[in-house]
Amino acid sequence: MLNQIVLVAMLVIGFALLLNLWALLRGPSMPDRLLALDTMYINSIALLLCYGIYSVSNLHFEAALLVAMLGFVSTVAVCKFMLRGDIIE
Amino acid sequence: MSLLEWSIAILVMAGALFVLLGSFALIKLPDFYTRLHGPTKATTLGLGSLVLASMLFFNFVQQQLSLQQFLIALFLFISAPVTAYMLIKVALHQKLVPMLNTRHQDLMKQRDNLAKGNDLPTVEKLADSD
Amino acid sequence: MRLLNTLLPTPARSLLLFVVWLLLNNSIAPIHLLVAALLALVIPQLTVSFRDPQPPIRRWGLAVRYIARVLIDIVLANLQVIQLVLGPNKNLRPGFVLVPLSMTEALPLTILAGTVSLTPGTVSAEILPYQLDATSSAPKYLLLHVLDLQNEAELVASIKQRYEQPLKEIFQC
Repeated sequence: MLNQIVLVAMLVIGFALLLNLWALLRGPSMPDRLLALDTMYINSIALLLCYGIYSVSNLHFEAALLVAMLGFVSTVAVCKFMLRGDIIE
Repeated sequence: MSLLEWSIAILVMAGALFVLLGSFALIKLPDFYTRLHGPTKATTLGLGSLVLASMLFFNFVQQQLSLQQFLIALFLFISAPVTAYMLIKVALHQKLVPMLNTRHQDLMKQRDNLAKGNDLPTVEKLADSD
Repeated sequence: MRLLNTLLPTPARSLLLFVVWLLLNNSIAPIHLLVAALLALVIPQLTVSFRDPQPPIRRWGLAVRYIARVLIDIVLANLQVIQLVLGPNKNLRPGFVLVPLSMTEALPLTILAGTVSLTPGTVSAEILPYQLDATSSAPKYLLLHVLDLQNEAELVASIKQRYEQPLKEIFQC
């Protein structure tokens, strides 16, 4: 029973990812696209967590942690680039 | 299903719905500044409740100690406001147009001036400009 | 005591490193305890010269209560955001607000800006004026974007009383 519920939750999150993709393609401005991409990162962490429960495995958390860090660092780096045209001042 | 499993199920569903709400806000709201509110709040809370569900599941249903998920929540609750701050800084820098009925739009124009440390308006002055 | 200070320049950070390493490995086997202790000793030593001094937390009880309050506020904030997002767009009344602050230290300001971003209807946009040297004590302002601006004076007062006041007490600044 719990398995089915987690499966439904994964479907919902997958739908959220599709909405993000739409926002990413639609824009209209650069920060909008960046926000959509960052949300996409966070949603994929949510998907990984759900998959961890679904497949009863601990292995996915390290992947989720890595995705979280990469997402944060890359978003901030692109923000920096758009603010100054330079990543490291 | 036991009470524990029900609470895990509710947390998972709530988390998924909050994540969906954050993504929905992204396409539904009219301008960048309002869109930013969805992902910073709803998605972060959604992830928090998924992490809680996963911790309950592994520690009590599977009976194996697993606290790594806590790190994900901790990291996200610290990094989400920073990301939002950087993004809104970029938006202000690029002078994105906010939706029409946004109040105190003059603050955006004054921002460059404010940033240099001169002409700081008092709160009373701001209230008049509305 | 002197020796302890040189060995552990930042005890809180060392403790955090220790706990995070154990959480990453998800075990308390002796080898992991040993590596965690080593990292907790070495990393603060290596990085202490990179850091600007920050005010220490003086009142731990209040800090714990602050975190609990923020967690509750995050849930309440989301219930409000649900209403606003699912309602029609023309009901939205967004706006920018400038909050005058009475703190100048970097760490409490960062925590305040982060809290405000996570809690009811507000995202912090900028701390004004920019300043690069931490020593200047010019008054600071926090620029916010608010999703639903009802009563500006009330919002400013509630942020100051609910979040800024406890932070000032926690850091005694």
